Amino acid sequence: MSAEISTETGIPVKKEGLFSKNNIKVLNDPLDDINPITVQVLGICSALAVTTQVKPALIMAIGVTVVTAFSNLIISLIRNGIPSRIRMIVQLVVIATLVTMVDLILKAYVYDVSKKLSVFVGLIITNCIVMGRLEAYAMQAKPWPSFLDGIGNGIGYGIILIVVSVLREIFGSGTLLGYQVIPQSFYDAGYVNNGMMMLPPAALFLIGIYIWIQRGKNRKLINVS
Amino acid sequence: MHSNSYTFFYAAAITVITGVLLALASEGLRPAIEGNVALEKKKNILSSVLLRPEGRQEIESLYSGKIKGIVLDNGGNPIEENEPFGIVLKEELEKEPDERKLPLYIYSEDDGRKYYIVPMYGAGLWGPIWGYISLREDFNTIYGAYFDHKGETPGLGAEISSYEKFQQQFEGKKIFDTENNFISVRVVKKGIKTDFAGENKVDGISGGTITSNGTDKMIHTWLEQYVPYIKSRIQNTNPQ
Repeated sequence: MSAEISTETGIPVKKEGLFSKNNIKVLNDPLDDINPITVQVLGICSALAVTTQVKPALIMAIGVTVVTAFSNLIISLIRNGIPSRIRMIVQLVVIATLVTMVDLILKAYVYDVSKKLSVFVGLIITNCIVMGRLEAYAMQAKPWPSFLDGIGNGIGYGIILIVVSVLREIFGSGTLLGYQVIPQSFYDAGYVNNGMMMLPPAALFLIGIYIWIQRGKNRKLINVS
Repeated sequence: MHSNSYTFFYAAAITVITGVLLALASEGLRPAIEGNVALEKKKNILSSVLLRPEGRQEIESLYSGKIKGIVLDNGGNPIEENEPFGIVLKEELEKEPDERKLPLYIYSEDDGRKYYIVPMYGAGLWGPIWGYISLREDFNTIYGAYFDHKGETPGLGAEISSYEKFQQQFEGKKIFDTENNFISVRVVKKGIKTDFAGENKVDGISGGTITSNGTDKMIHTWLEQYVPYIKSRIQNTNPQ
C-alpha cells in the first residue's frame, strides 16, 4: 500500500502492472487469509439466510461481488473529493444506487433469477462487507487495486456461501441445485433428511466448523498471544 | 478538512446525480420489466391448467388462443368491463366486498371442455403469496393449482411453489362437501385429525406452517367469493 500513499504525496513511483504481485495479493488475500466471513466475521447474516439452497447462494455471491467491485471502484475514483464528515453517507448512496441498478437489471433481463432472489438483492445494501471494504480499502487506494479488492472479497464471501449451501442442500433436502443426489433407495432404507440443515443455526455450525478447519491449516491465523 | 459549503454542495450534487441515474434506469427498463411481469402472470395462469409453456412466443400464443377472461361482481354477475388481466387482486381485497371486481379466466380446450380459473392473493409468513386454481366444469373438482410467493423461506414455506411437493395434491380435490356446502380445500398439517373429508383437504408443508395456514386462508377467501357465481352456473346447467 505504501506505493499508493506516495503518489498522493506527489513522490513519483514506478508504474505497476495490472496484475503485479501486489495486485494479485489484493485479489487473493480475501479468499483465505482475510476472508470476510471466516476471518473478519462480516456478512454473517446473509450467509445464514441465503444458504439453504445452492442456486440463490450462487447468485447472491455474484451480486455481492459485482456490487463490492464497482462500489470500490467508484469510491476510489472520487475518494479525494468526498468530504470526510459525510463520507459514510456518500458510500451508502453509491452502494444503494448500485444495488438498485442490479435489481432493476435482473428484473428486466433475467426475471426468473430475480424472482428467486427476491428480497436478498436489496439486502446487499446492508451487507457489512461492502461498506467495510469501502472504509478499509477504497478510501485510501487507487481505482484498479480497489476494484480487485472488491472482486476478491466478493469471491471470498461467495466461497463460504457455496460451501455452506452445498452441505445444507445435500443434507437438508437431498438435492443439489434442485437435482436429486441422494438416491431414493437410501430413503427407502430409512434415511431421512436432516431438518436442522434447513434452519439458520445449521449455517452457523457449518461456518464454525469451516473456521476451525481453516485455522488448523492456515498458520497465519493462529493466535500467537 | 473541506468547508461546510463544499460539503453541502457535494451532498446535493451526489443526490441529484444518483437520483437522475436511478430515474433513467427505472424508466428505461420499465417496459421490459412490465412485459416480464405480464408474461409471468400469463404463464402462472396457464400453469394452473397444468400447461408448462416455455418462452415468450409459446406463452403468448397459448394465452391469447385459449383463455378468455370475464369480470364478476360480488353477487356472481358478469360486469360489463370484461378485461380482467389488469385487475390487481391486492387492491380488490382492500375494497368493501360488494365493490370488488372478481376476475375469472376461462380456458377452453380444443374439444370444448372448459376450465374455470380463480385467481387468489393472500399473505404468507414474510410477504404476499398468490395463486390460481382451475375448476372443472362441475365447478367442484379441482383440475390444477398453482401457487407462488414473494419471499417465503427457501426449503420450507417456499415449497408452495413446488409442483411435486405441494401443488400436485390439489388435483381432483373437491371444494364442496357431499351435501353441497362450500368447504374450500383446506391445507392442514399432515397427520392431524380434522373434520374435513379427504377430498376436501391437502397436506400442509412441514416446517412451513405459517405459509401453509396463509395458503389455506387465501384459498378459502377467494373461492368463497366465487360461490354465488358457481351456484348460479350449477342451477343453470342442472335445472331441478
